[in-house]
Amino acid sequence: MASGQVEKRVKYKSSLKDPGTPGFLRIREAMLFFVPTDPKSDSKLKVLTQNIKSQKYTKEASNKPPWLNMTNKQGRSYIFEFENYADMQTCRDFITKALAKCEEEPTKPAVSTSSEQLNIADLEMRFKLLRENSELQRLHKQFVESKVLTEDEFWATRKKLIGKDSIRKSKQQVGLKSMMVSGIKPSTDGRTNRVTFNLTPEIIFQIFAEKPAVRQAFINYVPSKMTEKDFWTKYFRAEYLYSTKNTAVAAAEAAEDEELAVFLKPDEILAREARQKIRRVDPTLDMEADQGDDYTHLMDHGIQRDGTMDVIEPQNDQFKRSLLQDLNRHAAVVLEGRSIDVDSEDTRIVAEALTRVKQVNKADGDTTKEANQERWERMSRVAGMEDLQAPQNFPLAPLSIKDPRDYFESQQGNVLNVPRGAGALKRNVHEAYGLLKESILEIRATGLCVPLIKPDVSFDVFRSLTQTISTAKNIIGKNPRESFLDRLPKSTKDEVLHHWASIQELLRHFWSSYPITTTYLHIKVGKLKDAMSNTYSQLEAMKESVQSDLRHQVSLLVRPMQQALDAAFQHYEADLQRRKAKSGGGERPNGYV
Amino acid sequence: MASVASKLYSDDVSLLVLLLDTNPFFWSTTSITFSQFLSHVLAFLNAVMGLNQLNQVVVIATGYSSCDYIYDSSSTSSNHGTGNGMPALFSSLLEKLEDFVTKDEELSKEKNVSKDRVASSLLSGSLSMALCYIQRVFRSGHLHPQPRILCLQGSQDGPEQYVAVMNSIFSAQRLMVPIDSCYIGTQNSAFLQQASYITGGVHHKPQQLDGLFQYLTTIFATDLHSRGFVQLPKPVGVDFRASCFCHKKTIDMGYICSVCLSIFCEHHKKCTTCGSVFGQSKLDDVSSVSDKKRKSPDT
Repeated sequence: MASGQVEKRVKYKSSLKDPGTPGFLRIREAMLFFVPTDPKSDSKLKVLTQNIKSQKYTKEASNKPPWLNMTNKQGRSYIFEFENYADMQTCRDFITKALAKCEEEPTKPAVSTSSEQLNIADLEMRFKLLRENSELQRLHKQFVESKVLTEDEFWATRKKLIGKDSIRKSKQQVGLKSMMVSGIKPSTDGRTNRVTFNLTPEIIFQIFAEKPAVRQAFINYVPSKMTEKDFWTKYFRAEYLYSTKNTAVAAAEAAEDEELAVFLKPDEILAREARQKIRRVDPTLDMEADQGDDYTHLMDHGIQRDGTMDVIEPQNDQFKRSLLQDLNRHAAVVLEGRSIDVDSEDTRIVAEALTRVKQVNKADGDTTKEANQERWERMSRVAGMEDLQAPQNFPLAPLSIKDPRDYFESQQGNVLNVPRGAGALKRNVHEAYGLLKESILEIRATGLCVPLIKPDVSFDVFRSLTQTISTAKNIIGKNPRESFLDRLPKSTKDEVLHHWASIQELLRHFWSSYPITTTYLHIKVGKLKDAMSNTYSQLEAMKESVQSDLRHQVSLLVRPMQQALDAAFQHYEADLQRRKAKSGGGERPNGYV
Repeated sequence: MASVASKLYSDDVSLLVLLLDTNPFFWSTTSITFSQFLSHVLAFLNAVMGLNQLNQVVVIATGYSSCDYIYDSSSTSSNHGTGNGMPALFSSLLEKLEDFVTKDEELSKEKNVSKDRVASSLLSGSLSMALCYIQRVFRSGHLHPQPRILCLQGSQDGPEQYVAVMNSIFSAQRLMVPIDSCYIGTQNSAFLQQASYITGGVHHKPQQLDGLFQYLTTIFATDLHSRGFVQLPKPVGVDFRASCFCHKKTIDMGYICSVCLSIFCEHHKKCTTCGSVFGQSKLDDVSSVSDKKRKSPDT
């Protein structure tokens, strides 16, 4: 194929803001390369096509440059800016084709060797389940190892077991440390004036989370204006200025260095968020709450971070932060927890992810007008006096319970046909009542019939009662709630229970295979049927083997199992007949038209 | 008197509430006449009262369209004029029973509208009355006889009473009042079987009705305390399987509406009884997945 490879001149961007590295994009079916024009550039790229999850592109109508954005399975994205739309489209189409091919390929082997494709965690889960559940283990042994069911079939019906376990296993997200960032003490070597701060990704995350202004500054400045190292140096310089409490110096430095000033000024983003939060508090509900939320403007006691009191210098007020503010902000962030799940060393990614989360949050609560409207509505609702309102008519959803008689009458079936005849009886209601009254009159006149009961009838009653009581005692045992199973010998009991479990398993697979649409299912049903007839004969054997006094009871227990199996056999035979008739009639079996 | 009573109200004193089926449609079809039946029952009641001086008997007539108390041994004075060789206390019972039947007839004439009603007795009504009476006895103080209910039922179950009867059964269970039942009709009564099973009473269906008195005295005369020492007939088994509402099939496993507890043999989008809309069940997801799964090997 001539188009086995596509090569276009592009600019590669590692992120949206990245100005991009010029170079060539070369796409083959299995892989795509980016070769920068500048050989010294380290942004060479090699991506396997099968790792690409999706691609996005800008539309021609939009006034954006022709961008192609590919996301790989790890969630990283590669952006290429093309020179024109035609180039972009060729590349896009090529990748789409390559992707489609990639997707086709792995599905094929997955069918035959799907057990190999299973990840290890899944397998471990299965082993664990088998270990914990001896009954399951027995079933597994019986059916999977004897090849009646495949491993997958066996587990397909137990997805819930596996799923439940995996939920239990899901790891807890690690929250933020409650230690404040300002608690990071610089280490000094004691001789020079140099101080060293050790930054870990965790600390950076915490700083970004707590100080949106710093985060914003990072996104703005790094790497366009300064390197990451310079940025942090500057940041800690600002922090250092705070700790010296020399607000005058801080003010002076801020005036000189625009970037440094960002760190020294009160966080504008924070203040905005706080204001927004206050607006959301229902004033009719809690007037204190809004004040509590705006801790940045709270009156405090002027205690500084390190616990010393501050001498108020009003003119430099904006370069001053108090312990209370820091503490509150830190607490708020810790409580919020880790809202993003970025585990990256790349500071910039962390910063961007955090910003994104914040923006989403803001978008949620930001449709300000709507929010305002809603707030007003809520206020008017809350402020309304209940006894001045019109009576509230709650919507009623009537339960349309049909005449339960329909159900029970059809339940009783033909039994009811007799009282239908009683409909005829009804016509002579009067007669019936007359008879009844006659009877009452009769007994009032003649008294109780003498003799009340004949001795031989009485004897019969005694005999039959004794018989029923003794047989019932034999059957049920002394305690009617005691299970008969408990009276069986342990081995028999276990056997009965196991047979029951295995029959359930077999039947479940058997019935779920119908209708038989594929030869695979046909073979499976055949296997299942053989296994079932096997079990059937085992049941018979078990019945024979139990002691004679228990045999009747065991056969009672076994009967429903055999009935269930019989039904399955019957269905199997009927289906077989139908299929034969069909194919005999010249028609092709399913699948061929 | 109170001290005497406390001595006398030992655990074997019973309050027997007898629910007497006086359904004319049933009694016009039976092999024994109502008068024969009454002879057996009256003799049995007499025997119960003879078992313990403090035993108390209440009889409630269960008619076709009404029910009423027709006898209360605690309120009837025994020294009444004798009739014709029968215990004097029962003449008042029979008198009231006659009045009751007359009234019941009038009521059933009025209610003739419901033509297709099954010819069942108002069991739910008489059960409720019995429970009310027992509740009053319970509240009269801590000295009271041990109550139990005996249903002498011949007519078949009235399906339209299902909920009411079940509620009565459960309140009896709560009060720990056993409901004994003696079914003298042709087919067995599911209501009574369940009532006795749930409340821990005795259910029996006599084989020969001419020996009814013997059955009653042998099985149902013993007080609750003595029952612990007596072998009484037990039902061989109770079928607890339910039937689905959609096809009336008896099923082992099925779907149940979480709102009204209706039972179905297959998944419905909406409960046909109460109209609740069901969400997609998890089972369906699983089956659809396995569906995919089992179809894939052939492709």
